[in-house]
Amino acid sequence: MVSELSYLEILRLALPETALVITALVVLASDLLALRKDSLSVRLGFCASLAVLGCVAAGVLLVMASGAGDVGGGMFVVTPLIRLVKLGVLAMAVPALLVSAQGRFTTHAGEYVALILFAVVGMMFLVSAEDLLMVFVALEMTSLSLYVLTAFHKREVGSAEAALKYFLFGGMSAALALFGFSLLYGLTGSTNLNEMAQGVGVHASDPLLVVALIGVLAGLGFKVAVVPFHLWAPDVYQGAPTPSAALIATGSKVASFFILAKLMMVGLAGSEGSAAWGRYGSGWVLALAIAAAASMILGNLAALAQSSVKRLLAYSAIAHAGYVSLAILSNDSAGLTALLYYVFVYGLATMGAFAVVSVVEQQTGGDRLEDFTGLARRAPVLALGLLVFLLSLAGIPPLAGFFGKFYVFAAAAGAEAGLGLFWLVILGIAMSVVSLYYYLMVLKRAYVQEPGEEVAKFRVNGVATATVAILALAVVILGCFPDWILHRIATALG
Amino acid sequence: MDSFPWLTLLTLLPLVGGIVVVGLGAGQARMARTLSLVFSLGALALAGVLWRQFDPAFDGLQLGERHAWVPSLGIEYRLGVDGLGLLMVMLTAVVVPLSLLAVPADLSRAPLYHALVLWLQAGLFGTFTALNFFHWFLFWELSLVPAFFLVKLWGGPQRSRAAAQFFIYTMVGSIGLLLSFLALFLATKQFDFFELARLARTGGLNSALTAELGWRELTGRTLVLLIFAGAFLGFAVKIPIVPFHTWLPLAYAEAPTPVTMLLTGVMSKMGVYGFLRILLPIFPEPARWVLKPLLALAVLSIGWSAFAAFAQRDLKRMLGYSSINHLGYCVLGMLVVFSGREAVVDGGLQRAAALNGVLLQMFNHGLTAATLFLFVGLIERRSGGLRGVDDFGGIRKVAPVLTGLMGIAVFSSLGLPGLNGFVGEFLIFKGAFPLAPWAAALSTLGLLVTAIFLLSLVQRVFHGPLAGRWRGFPDLTLRERWLAGAPVALMAVLGVYPQLILGVVDPTVVNLVRQFGF
Repeated sequence: MVSELSYLEILRLALPETALVITALVVLASDLLALRKDSLSVRLGFCASLAVLGCVAAGVLLVMASGAGDVGGGMFVVTPLIRLVKLGVLAMAVPALLVSAQGRFTTHAGEYVALILFAVVGMMFLVSAEDLLMVFVALEMTSLSLYVLTAFHKREVGSAEAALKYFLFGGMSAALALFGFSLLYGLTGSTNLNEMAQGVGVHASDPLLVVALIGVLAGLGFKVAVVPFHLWAPDVYQGAPTPSAALIATGSKVASFFILAKLMMVGLAGSEGSAAWGRYGSGWVLALAIAAAASMILGNLAALAQSSVKRLLAYSAIAHAGYVSLAILSNDSAGLTALLYYVFVYGLATMGAFAVVSVVEQQTGGDRLEDFTGLARRAPVLALGLLVFLLSLAGIPPLAGFFGKFYVFAAAAGAEAGLGLFWLVILGIAMSVVSLYYYLMVLKRAYVQEPGEEVAKFRVNGVATATVAILALAVVILGCFPDWILHRIATALG
Repeated sequence: MDSFPWLTLLTLLPLVGGIVVVGLGAGQARMARTLSLVFSLGALALAGVLWRQFDPAFDGLQLGERHAWVPSLGIEYRLGVDGLGLLMVMLTAVVVPLSLLAVPADLSRAPLYHALVLWLQAGLFGTFTALNFFHWFLFWELSLVPAFFLVKLWGGPQRSRAAAQFFIYTMVGSIGLLLSFLALFLATKQFDFFELARLARTGGLNSALTAELGWRELTGRTLVLLIFAGAFLGFAVKIPIVPFHTWLPLAYAEAPTPVTMLLTGVMSKMGVYGFLRILLPIFPEPARWVLKPLLALAVLSIGWSAFAAFAQRDLKRMLGYSSINHLGYCVLGMLVVFSGREAVVDGGLQRAAALNGVLLQMFNHGLTAATLFLFVGLIERRSGGLRGVDDFGGIRKVAPVLTGLMGIAVFSSLGLPGLNGFVGEFLIFKGAFPLAPWAAALSTLGLLVTAIFLLSLVQRVFHGPLAGRWRGFPDLTLRERWLAGAPVALMAVLGVYPQLILGVVDPTVVNLVRQFGF
């Protein structure tokens, strides 16, 4: 199966990843050798800037590259679409790094930044994988980095608790995924997604396939946090250092959703089943439809009851995972386009929200709703950014989130000839109205409620303000001109 | 097509204005007032330019702009106005400065307030000029957000409940709209209103729906009706038509009075506009199938709201119900066009008369209702917030100018010949009687009750013995006389010379009647 490998070819295709790994090593070395005596903020600032440069370099390499390539029969695939998704992951990593430069939770600057880069490399490998083995390896590489990043706030019990939960859930779902993968290999005789699909078609009614499907879904459902594999999310979002949580919520989502869609649409083609109202048939569409419906309901309703903004964002993430799953359900190129657009702009808005939360946390010492009281007076730019991010998440026009939802719902309604998934679309729209309530709850704190006696302005660092402003601008512009991304995706899809 | 982008400019002007105004500090309230007024007067001037540029002899779209936006989804940036759109743009441009001038000087957080009003205006301009569903829906929703905050932040004691109800009702309606248009899009790959209407006329719409969306045991007819119902809900809530009106009294009463002027003056017209531009041209057949129940709803709307207004003691609630009543005539006028009654002499002419009446009524009601609320605001400020019908009496003696001007506005509202309200209602009934005699006959009951409650309002507030505590009730200041006098003068002008509007909208009306399939 594995023909002779050309190392030069691998290097050519994996040049962006290589650049990132080298950057990570340089970051580690320079922090260890040169910066020991400097203050924490200098070390973090230097490491993060270096890492951002690395990300930019990797991005430039991605943009410059052309053509397609495949190493080892699906082990490492590069196509224009995959390059685009990788660019999306990098676009999430940069603001996460910028936010981490403001962090004061660790003294291990070099290690923290390097781990972020390693996690990003893992995500990029995940995006390139079209082979079950490689999917698993990349998944683990990402997860292991993220576990450590979650635990990085060493003086905080919550951080350790979150990391342990994340790790235990992650380990379990990885085991389930591996079990599923092995069954798939047993049934189809191949680990390559395309070859696997042919075998899956033959065994479409085999009960073993259902077991395998559940396993795979558990493994990836954990990464994207759909119900019932979501239990880690609120604790991790709340307990992890904010930049780690932001990366988990954005970059990792972009990569995981892409690979979930690829696994389902390509690898399990032939065992779709059906989730059309009243015409159910067992298969991945049905399983994912149930998970999506449950995520939309549980995520949105649970978010209503939260008083910590990070937990609120976690439940909102679960709800959004439900919406994105709708795009996968549509199982066609429109669905894939909708998915990529949605995940990307969702990532931008979530990243922005986390950037704001991070500043609020540093200034007030918490992320509870009360801590946001009077934000509009205390930090007008951040408050405006928060407004844009949360309204985009809620799907208010003309922000990017609105168009994303619109496209996802349009794609899902068009799937399964004859409005079969319309029930999910109706549920999704109804639930996104519910979501408006909790987003507005935060904004009400920021804009309407008068702060008490202490109305000291925040001392906000310029980098943080610029990060928030740029992200907010991106959300507005991408909402007004969605074709800018859609056109690129369409070209990449061919 | 490539002429100067007037309509884009029209929408951008208040949008930019809002951004400028919101950036002002809390101490610059006066600056915010002046600037926002400048922007809204600028928009009025622009609307005047559009009115001049518009060629009434031509019945199609004018001042069009068309650019690709999201080609993969059939979404275009397509703007244009016909007589209907232009009339609504004009109404918006007139009512917004009026509302801004009615804002009390001691308003808290003035910059934000004025910015929200300007954004609301931008949303309205966008709604009345956009011709592609996505683009239009964006503005439709966008206008809701500032309205929500205006009620929520500056409203009366029950503002939170009022804002929430207003928002939720409208949102549910919007969901209906969105779902319906998603279904239409899936069947036709079209979001363009005119393309969809063309498909509907040629019969392509129903066959496409049946072919693409044959869902379960639904027949084509049921499916079309369901989609129609979704879109209908969206507009019916906005107008509102009884029984989708329960959000209105609270919202109108709790909103600060200048905002109520906008709600009733312009935002309620969004629903009627939606009927004329979107719902009826795209769904002429379903409208014909369920014409009887729809007519019943219109009659119910007219009668119910008139009696409900009669029972109100709060001026704002009373005028709010009266607003439902007046828009009920619009709904009636639009629906009778679909009546397939045989043996109607000059059917086309009657239909055109009814529709002309509807358009006239839209503008007239916008002007009159906004002015009435303006007067309520003036009274409220003098009485220290009191606005019950029974709180006053004999005001005429101390405030003759206020009484006189408000009296004219009230008479315009109840349809006295010589004032603007009469012409619209007359034309609607002229068309409605031959086309749907029963509905028209029952609706006249509404006219009667309206006259009674409006006259009793005048009687209770302005006539009778002067209560002791109102002895010092100040009459209108010079500024207020100009402010209130201008719209009242416009009412008189339009009452005598409705041709001013009819001349512009008549070709559009003829075109609409043709679109509806007659």
